[in-house]
Amino acid sequence: MSKLSEMFMDDARRNRMVPFISVILGFLVGAIIILLSGANPIEAYGALIQGAFGSLKKIGDTLLYSTTLILTGLAVAFAFKTGLFNIGASGQMLMGGFIAVLLGITLDLPRIILLPICITSSIVAGAVWAFIPGVLKAKYRVHEVVTTIMMNWISVWTVYYFVPELIRGPFDTESANVPANALLRTEWMTKLFDGSYVNLGLFLALITALIIWWVLDRTTFGYELKAVGFNPDAAQYSGMKVNRNIIYSMMISGALAGLAGATFYIGYASNIKIGVSPTQGFDGIAVALLGLNHPLGVVLAALLFGFMNAGKLSMQIATGVPNELVPIIIATIIFFAATNEMIKGWLKRIGNKKSDKERGAK
Amino acid sequence: MWDALTSIIPLGIAYTAPLLIIALGGLYSERSGIVNIGLEGLMGMGAFATAVFIALTQSTLGVASVWIGLLVGALAGGLLSYLHAFASVSMRANQVISGTAINILSAALTVYLARAITGSGNVQIIQKFSKSDVAGLSSIPVIGPLFFSNAYITTYIVMAIVIFSWYMLYKRPFGLRLRACGENPQAADSMGINVQKMRYIGVIISGALAGLGGAIVITTYSGEFSNLTFNGLGFLALAALIFGKWNPWGVLGASLFFGFAKTLASMTLIFDNLKDMPNILFNTFPYVVTLIALMLFSKNAAGPKAAGEPYDPGKR
Repeated sequence: MSKLSEMFMDDARRNRMVPFISVILGFLVGAIIILLSGANPIEAYGALIQGAFGSLKKIGDTLLYSTTLILTGLAVAFAFKTGLFNIGASGQMLMGGFIAVLLGITLDLPRIILLPICITSSIVAGAVWAFIPGVLKAKYRVHEVVTTIMMNWISVWTVYYFVPELIRGPFDTESANVPANALLRTEWMTKLFDGSYVNLGLFLALITALIIWWVLDRTTFGYELKAVGFNPDAAQYSGMKVNRNIIYSMMISGALAGLAGATFYIGYASNIKIGVSPTQGFDGIAVALLGLNHPLGVVLAALLFGFMNAGKLSMQIATGVPNELVPIIIATIIFFAATNEMIKGWLKRIGNKKSDKERGAK
Repeated sequence: MWDALTSIIPLGIAYTAPLLIIALGGLYSERSGIVNIGLEGLMGMGAFATAVFIALTQSTLGVASVWIGLLVGALAGGLLSYLHAFASVSMRANQVISGTAINILSAALTVYLARAITGSGNVQIIQKFSKSDVAGLSSIPVIGPLFFSNAYITTYIVMAIVIFSWYMLYKRPFGLRLRACGENPQAADSMGINVQKMRYIGVIISGALAGLGGAIVITTYSGEFSNLTFNGLGFLALAALIFGKWNPWGVLGASLFFGFAKTLASMTLIFDNLKDMPNILFNTFPYVVTLIALMLFSKNAAGPKAAGEPYDPGKR
């Protein structure tokens, strides 16, 4: 049997190929839309790549956009692995970011103390925000999809009220700026990447991905969480504390999203705007799905989305293709990844044809 | 006080109507066994299609363009929901993920197209429904000024659809079959019901009603499509559906409650004795109440048992 047909024959491999094929299909659909709106897809995609990798600053920006997505992707993936659907990463991220900005502005401390305080608080805020859906799920069996959507809106209105009330900035719609000693940006990184705001959050995100991989794959705690997600009844029967583990899972997921908020609001931005919920929380769902809920996959998927987000403005300026094209491509990728049965079916057919031919040749 | 009521109630009803029809759409889908969190995106697609259609035809068709625009919105929502039906029924995809894809796709695609059409991403319309008094009924004391004055015709269309839906879902074989697919698809299948087909129908009706909801937003209080059209109405409808326990009258009550909570929140600035209260209380009220209600009523939750699970005929 040739290598190629082997690739299509085995179930696990087919699963791993789904994300790659989804990405290709997503870009194909994007190309068709560009064509229909009268532009040249090769030019547009060229400008997209140029805008994401064309200079050191642009590479830095790609990493900057990826940073937050790694963390929201990990948040959603962690919940998924443990049988929960955290659609509230957006709200948890917003609360984490809000607390980080609030403390960064109001506390007057040396950087070495202030920055860890901001980061830790953002993690705690995200976890607290996810605790409520966790308890409602564990104790009252209320579905987390519904409760996290509610919590997203509550967080939007909480920020809407408290930002002008506590840390009003020059405009009514945003907070004051966070002082430099509470920002994750460092001079050496900004210099290295020629003025990009890529920051320490990148390392936080990568280290976090490693930790999550280790917890899920190498610890009893991770094993228990996954067991609860896989089959709560069996986990209960074998003596695991299912309800407690549901709450833990949700809180860890929220903590990751909270940290994402810190990397965004005191790393990427330096203030917080009111009335908007961060889209990175929803993109995290796509990142997790595309990364097959594996920490390494999440990092790769976040880099892909980071690249598209960093390049989209250059594409719009250079070719006039509206930058909304990027979320269209992302949605298409999610859609294909979600309908993986279809893609797996195609691969199976290719595999069968190949092996039929070989059998015929023998 | 009377003045306040006569200004709040018609406004609250105007706000409730699209919310109610979107939530009712969700009811059809979830009763058939398919969770539809793409309501927000379906609503937005309907709003966009309606706005574009009216903008293009209002000068030639006049008022008729608004009426046809409603149908166009419903059609657009129905068409987009076909994607969700295909993914979640035929491909047995995770329904929440497919719905999320619909939401992202709709928000991006509509603004992309709006930008391509108008350059700015907004589509404004001139022709729309105006508020009017219902002849005869508006002169009834008390009830008249509250419910039949300053009302949009779409509100009555929505009420008619609610009553019709209740009749179809609870009094006709169609409803029984649809609900059976959401409760126990295996049993429904064994009785000769085509589960896949019923679920397609459920999802597409939900798309059409959500699209109609978006069309109503455009043709009544909004008058323009922009990315602000996606302001969470679809998610609020989802909350109303769950709060209303997946039942047309419950959904009506929950929608009225949310509609008025929202109206009150946006009107607090007008009333002196409400002005000094923190706006966070009004704005978070519907969501906090939903959370508490879900907690209290969780013991006798009435959600369709098979909603969210792909139907696998091989599984018994």
